[in-house]
Amino acid sequence: MTEQNTKLTFKDFKSDQEVRWCPGCGDHIVLNSVQRAMAELGRKKEDFALISGIGCSSRFPYYMDTYGFHGIHGRAAAIASGVKVANPQLSVWEVTGDGDALAIGGNHFIHLIRRNIDINLLLFNNQIYGLTKGQYSPTSKKGTTTKTSPFGTIETPFNPGELAIGAQGKFFARTMDNNVKLSTEVFVEAAKHDGTSVVEILQNCVIFNDGIYNEINAKEVREERQIILKHGAPMIFGKERDKGLILDGLKLKVVRIGEDGITEDDILIHKANENNPGIAMMLANMRWPNYPVALGVIRSVNAPTYDMAMESQISKIQAEAKIKNVDDLLHSGNTWEV
Amino acid sequence: MSKAKEVVELEEVVIRFSGDSGDGMQLTGTLFSTTSALVGNDFSTFPDYPSEIRAPQGTVGGVSGFQVHFGHSKIFTPGDFSDVLIAMNPAALKANRKWMKPGSIVIVDSDSFDEKGITKAGYTEDPIVKEKLDKFNVIKAPISTLTKEAVKEMGIDAKTGMRSKNMFALGMVYWLYNRPLKHTEEFFQTKFKKKPDVIEANKRVLKAGYNYAYTMEAMTPSYTVSPAEIDKGTYRNINGNQATAWGLLAAAEKAKLKLFVGSYPITPATVILEELAARKDLGVKSFQAEDEIAGICTTIGASFAGLMGVTSTSGPGLALKSEAIGLAVMAELPIVIVNVQRGGPSTGLPTKTEQSDLFQALYGRNGESPVVVLAASTPTNCFDHAFMAAKIALEHMTPVILLTDGFIANGTQPWKVPSMKDYPDIKTMIVSKDEEDYQPYARDVETLARLWALPGMKGKEHRIGGLEKDFIKGSVSHDPLNHQKMTDVRDEKVERVVNMIPDLEVTGDKEGDLLVVGWGGTFGHLHTAVKEMQNEGKKLSLAHFNYIRPLPANTKEVFSRFKKIIVCELNLGQFANYLRMKQSDFKYEQFNKVQGLPFTATELKDEFKKYL
Ligand SMILES: Cc1ncc(C[n+]2csc(CCOP(=O)(O)OP(=O)(O)O)c2C)c(N)n1
Ligand code: SF4
Ligand SMILES: [Mg+2]
Repeated sequence: MTEQNTKLTFKDFKSDQEVRWCPGCGDHIVLNSVQRAMAELGRKKEDFALISGIGCSSRFPYYMDTYGFHGIHGRAAAIASGVKVANPQLSVWEVTGDGDALAIGGNHFIHLIRRNIDINLLLFNNQIYGLTKGQYSPTSKKGTTTKTSPFGTIETPFNPGELAIGAQGKFFARTMDNNVKLSTEVFVEAAKHDGTSVVEILQNCVIFNDGIYNEINAKEVREERQIILKHGAPMIFGKERDKGLILDGLKLKVVRIGEDGITEDDILIHKANENNPGIAMMLANMRWPNYPVALGVIRSVNAPTYDMAMESQISKIQAEAKIKNVDDLLHSGNTWEV
Repeated sequence: MSKAKEVVELEEVVIRFSGDSGDGMQLTGTLFSTTSALVGNDFSTFPDYPSEIRAPQGTVGGVSGFQVHFGHSKIFTPGDFSDVLIAMNPAALKANRKWMKPGSIVIVDSDSFDEKGITKAGYTEDPIVKEKLDKFNVIKAPISTLTKEAVKEMGIDAKTGMRSKNMFALGMVYWLYNRPLKHTEEFFQTKFKKKPDVIEANKRVLKAGYNYAYTMEAMTPSYTVSPAEIDKGTYRNINGNQATAWGLLAAAEKAKLKLFVGSYPITPATVILEELAARKDLGVKSFQAEDEIAGICTTIGASFAGLMGVTSTSGPGLALKSEAIGLAVMAELPIVIVNVQRGGPSTGLPTKTEQSDLFQALYGRNGESPVVVLAASTPTNCFDHAFMAAKIALEHMTPVILLTDGFIANGTQPWKVPSMKDYPDIKTMIVSKDEEDYQPYARDVETLARLWALPGMKGKEHRIGGLEKDFIKGSVSHDPLNHQKMTDVRDEKVERVVNMIPDLEVTGDKEGDLLVVGWGGTFGHLHTAVKEMQNEGKKLSLAHFNYIRPLPANTKEVFSRFKKIIVCELNLGQFANYLRMKQSDFKYEQFNKVQGLPFTATELKDEFKKYL
């Protein structure tokens, strides 16, 4: 199954297709990170299957030299579920956009997560419909002006992390499109996790939503406005690594180490494997300017997967079954002779 | 039995059990059919029930019926009119009044013909008087009172006891037709294994009904229908949905593939999913999806990964699957879509039968999106057509839609159990591991089916999807001429299925005055009507279609030998219009019905007479 094959490098995962995203689109860098992660995973190339919906991001499988399926809008989660349940030996990845996964495909998104099928779901969140040229999406901030909201949107966006954890998600991570190191790490973690792993990729669309993440990702402010979570490590951030998160009553609070008698020991330790989703939900919901935005693996909790439960149910029933083939079936129950 | 019994020998009989939807009429009818089968009769059944689980008690809308037609010779339909009607309340009588043969027997539960029952059914006076039932043999049996009486000594509560009152009626009918109680008693033993009280109550009430009929003068003579002359072998009862599920399992076995089913429950198709979900012993992977779209999309995913993918649904669900069927057409993946038709449009008549999804199956998609369309025509041949649907899908790498309908899906027939060794092998298009230089859209020259490489196979990594594909490599192509070529080849691939399907058969002379044409679940009624008229010396024949797209190769030749053609279907003329397009040399008369009911042989004969 997972036979080691150390010879593969990220280049082995490049397909012969010309990459057609706009120059400067965040998707290019993510492609690179995924290829690196796959090489690092040490699995055979033929064991990877990438399933996507429709959108700019969903063109992703064409650029990978693995098995790939470019599906229909919103349905990647369902197609991927079928692939994984059919053959649990495969490493199945879903590639989807904020419109694909959370608008037209919202139903499949939550049910995939609820079932906990072992699929790595890469959600490219550019807060816009890229492929259809710039309409607002379910993650666009309230008030966003786009072609279909010329006076600003009047609807409240989804936070994908909150939705995923609310749907009983056991794994949620977030990364920034241009942070290759973090993305690669997070993708590897997602792949190693058994169950549905949702990774939200904050992705810049240079054409229709350029700079949407500058506020938190511009070089000068990045370290102050992002916190990269590591399981077992204190929740510290800032250029000087002088800020951290504590629990204040029922809420998270940003504190300065060294002020008001706060020491490093007071800072929360990140436990991605905490079963209670409370803290993970709070971390996923942190928004600038009240909080830094959380990146890295926010939640990673072990739980039985649907695909394995299916296999074990079948083998258990088959071991005790009287019906071994269709002829047995045809003669089972009430029959009579003429 | 001491009383001398006057016994009359009959060829065939139609009995309709009818009552409130809570009265257990479906079970009563099923038990009667099973016993009839075991004494060697052929039969056909027609369950007819409201879409509400418990519709308002005592009202006509809440009447649930089960008709069984059994006989000494081969039986093709559940029959038009009843020889015996069991009406558990006035509403049941009202609902079935026009389906009673003149002079037939009507057994009513007289206890329910009180003022309350009569008013609820919408009558203003006693229907037995009002409906002029004096021409019928009405048997007023106090079924409720006698049921209570029969279980009195057991000390069970009245409600539990009254649940068995359907068995009283069944007992009476068993006496009337000389049937043994044994098989039904055995059924109680297994069904209520853990509830000895229920077994005992049912047995007592069944017996009480039997004895009541025996002692009642009004019910002499009793009747007998001798065993049918049918082939020797092992038989079982089967309904169309079960036969469909099993046919698909048979195909998976012959193809040496695991079966995946992704479906969402919908009447009248749900039983297919239930049957397959129960077959974990045969390795079935069943996935109850969050909706029909997910149902087909998981199926497409499973097919991409190399399983035999199946999705089952009814009209509204087929509508939801349209876009994804197009994806399977484009990706050229083998999946079977079973559509059990019901009355439409929209929610329509969920529990009633119709054939109005034909155009949806043929054309209900964006783009030029050809699929193979098959239609089963009897409960039992759902098995063979499900098998063929899967064989065609797997050997031709195409989605196949199998149409059945509520009538054959719920209807049951005795079925001579086939042997799997008599079924052909299914050779999938799975590419050999050694094949070098795999091209996803390279095709078999005969069938035009592409080769199927499965994720996990080394060196055959490839990408497919809904965008137009390059003719060979399968990579994305927007080239105008390539799109033309691909559109043509997808169409041609479906047309070439004609080379593997059987010729159209004709029942009766190969030429004549009138050719009756039908398709799908109307076979039984068309066959009966045509046979009866042939016996009267009329020159008409029947050509019944199971293969819709493509049509059998000899269709034109068959049509050309008749002076007139009449196409009969339960819609406004979809197949007739399809034939006008595909076989345009002929003129087609139409006979159509959309009442949520099958044809009756009588109305068909009346229609055919107009052309002869
Ligand atoms: C059934 C259907 N409806 C609408 C579309 C048009 N459409 C294609 S992609 C898209 C939105 C894509 O947005 P997103 O999922 O965020 O992906 P992105 O392009 O931003 O990566 C829409 C509306 C379609 N292809 N299919
Ligand atoms: S439109 Fe936006 S998301 Fe799409 S490729 Fe261009 S930059 Fe990327
Ligand atoms: Mg988007």
